[in-house]
Amino acid sequence: MAKMNLLQAVNSALDIAMAKNDKVCVFGEDVGHFGGVFRATSGLQEKYGRARCFNTPLVEQGIIGFANGLAAQGSFPIAEIQFGDYIFPAFDQIVNETAKFRYRSGNEFNVGGLTIRTPYGGGIHGGHYHSQSPEAYFAHTPGLKIVIPRNPYQAKGLLLSAIFDPNPVLFMEPKRLYRAAVGEVPEEEYMLPLGKAEVVKEGTDVTVVGWGAQVEVIEKAVAMADKDGVSAEIIDLRSILPWDVETVAKSVMKTGRLVVSQEAPHTMAFGSEVAATIQEKCFLYLESPVMRASGLDTPYPLAHEKEYFSDHLKTYEAIKRSLNY
Amino acid sequence: MTKETTPTTKVTSTLTVIPAHAVNIPMFQLLKEDGTVHKGAVLPEVSKELALKMFSTMQFIRLLDERMFAAQRQGRISFYLSSLGEEAASIGSAAAIEFEDMIMSQYREQGALAFRGFTVEDFMNQLFSNERDLGKGRQMPVHYGSAALNFMTISSPLGTQIPQAAGYAYGQKLEGNKNCTLVYFGEGAASEGDFHAGLNMAAVFKAPVIFFCRNNGYAISTPANEQYAGDGIAPRATGYGMKAIRVDGNDIFAVYKATQEARRIALEVGEPVLIEAMSYRMAGHSTSDDPSGYRTKEEEQQWHNKDPMLRFQKWLVAKGWMTEELAAEQMEAHKKAVLEELKKAETIPAPHVDEIITDVYDTPTDLQKEQLAALKEHIRKYPEAYPATAAGVK
Repeated sequence: MAKMNLLQAVNSALDIAMAKNDKVCVFGEDVGHFGGVFRATSGLQEKYGRARCFNTPLVEQGIIGFANGLAAQGSFPIAEIQFGDYIFPAFDQIVNETAKFRYRSGNEFNVGGLTIRTPYGGGIHGGHYHSQSPEAYFAHTPGLKIVIPRNPYQAKGLLLSAIFDPNPVLFMEPKRLYRAAVGEVPEEEYMLPLGKAEVVKEGTDVTVVGWGAQVEVIEKAVAMADKDGVSAEIIDLRSILPWDVETVAKSVMKTGRLVVSQEAPHTMAFGSEVAATIQEKCFLYLESPVMRASGLDTPYPLAHEKEYFSDHLKTYEAIKRSLNY
Repeated sequence: MTKETTPTTKVTSTLTVIPAHAVNIPMFQLLKEDGTVHKGAVLPEVSKELALKMFSTMQFIRLLDERMFAAQRQGRISFYLSSLGEEAASIGSAAAIEFEDMIMSQYREQGALAFRGFTVEDFMNQLFSNERDLGKGRQMPVHYGSAALNFMTISSPLGTQIPQAAGYAYGQKLEGNKNCTLVYFGEGAASEGDFHAGLNMAAVFKAPVIFFCRNNGYAISTPANEQYAGDGIAPRATGYGMKAIRVDGNDIFAVYKATQEARRIALEVGEPVLIEAMSYRMAGHSTSDDPSGYRTKEEEQQWHNKDPMLRFQKWLVAKGWMTEELAAEQMEAHKKAVLEELKKAETIPAPHVDEIITDVYDTPTDLQKEQLAALKEHIRKYPEAYPATAAGVK
């Protein structure tokens, strides 16, 4: 075990994947010698050469189109989009190509080797073009897997699974935690399952669901609720697509209450899907409506970042609303 | 019938492979690095008043960049982007067009905006995201914009303004007015699909656009030779059937003259032009960047010797329009003004929380109003957690 921050954990996973399989390539804007604007790819070009870790021209649609082709050829491209906010020029390649490659060819071809890494989320004074949480746009796309880790240990194990999973994976990294989250991480290879949620803390009164950086926010809110004598169960979805309905439903059948806390704007954020599914699966077990703490239905503002953000206080209030309904 | 501008395809039985670098464009330069004029070169007609305005604007931007970079390091603002070394490219080009022409910039053309009349106070209010920021504190520092100054508000995603410029200029053409659109971007942004879309559409629709590429050698850490394999950006115009000029971006007279000619072509001939201004990003990409990780001091020094402001200053001094002493005095005056406005701007409060839902649509939706009401109630409950707005919701 070693102490690593989230960036070091990502770097370690990339390093292991590149060492393990010569067909793993890492590329994107500034990821070469410089090691990426966040330094997630530091040292990889020196270790594995410019042919396998390289800078690309500044064109996101090109990066993902190139990655689709490389994956179709049988390689394991790990393409970095510098910020989740800049992924949209590649939307066509991801939604119409990556996600449908296997399906449209009747499995003659696939891009299962592809992993797209991108930092997402706010809380870094980034304004609306360096703060967005665009996971819901992609969650509407069958054929993709979407994975969001909450800490260094999860990041490494989930990223290694994502890289070698036989399906294309969008791997969204909580950039607010890149250096802030530090934890014990095994130096060797290990994998964590995709599509499986994790019960982070067991509880009996209310289930609180989140993913990525929001899990930390939830933990803070739950600690506040704990002082009120509330026993909350925390679930980290880890995968948004496909997501682990069973684990959440099982928890809600036990607690009778569900709160989803999410960074993205309220309307049509992934919590909407969680709420709809859980009321179908657990209707007779629910003691109160599913509550959501979300961002506002506005772009992510700079000056009003704190006001927009679904912080621990808003999450705590949502927990109370669920309990006092 | 073949259009005049579309060449017909000739038939040949000889297999012809066009060399990759068939188009190799020279760089137009009037002022040498030492500030003297090339023999036989004809300078554009620039009055003393205009020359001094351009120079003063260059000085102001240099000072602003230096102070605000420092302010970011002191934690007073969250972010800054400097245009050090590229002042001639933005100021020389903005000076060569008319005030009513639209400017669509990337994020390193504060010189063009200052030339248009954006005041020190305007700059500071945006940089501090306070309630007097025209953009209502919504965007990161340096994302300026002003309708009154015909300067489109800056967006962070790279290259998105390029096809927008084609559309804007097409509208100008439809209105039959005599104005064009000047759109700035870097050589990195020229890799985006939007660049291709924008240039192609402007050429097809003969929109009066001046596409102005600042080739400053770097896209964050990525050097130009990893960005493209061709002879820079200018030769791409040929592929779109568009005229092109390559100019020394550190020579303010060459930039001015090139842009003047591009404007003439855009409006008199009625077609877009691509200008590639060769320069160097002497600063890091932004305050989040450290160039020592990807380039040498020696390389940077070479470009210090080509400094566009010193080059222009030498010419002005030789002409008798400026003295070293006066230049230093002006710099001090700019410094005083910047520091004064900086201190003022940082005490002005953030926009009222009610602004959080405005301008998403022309009027807020019912759901947004409901969210704002809940937010205000929440802030009243936990005022200490929301110091920027708590005072406004009592």
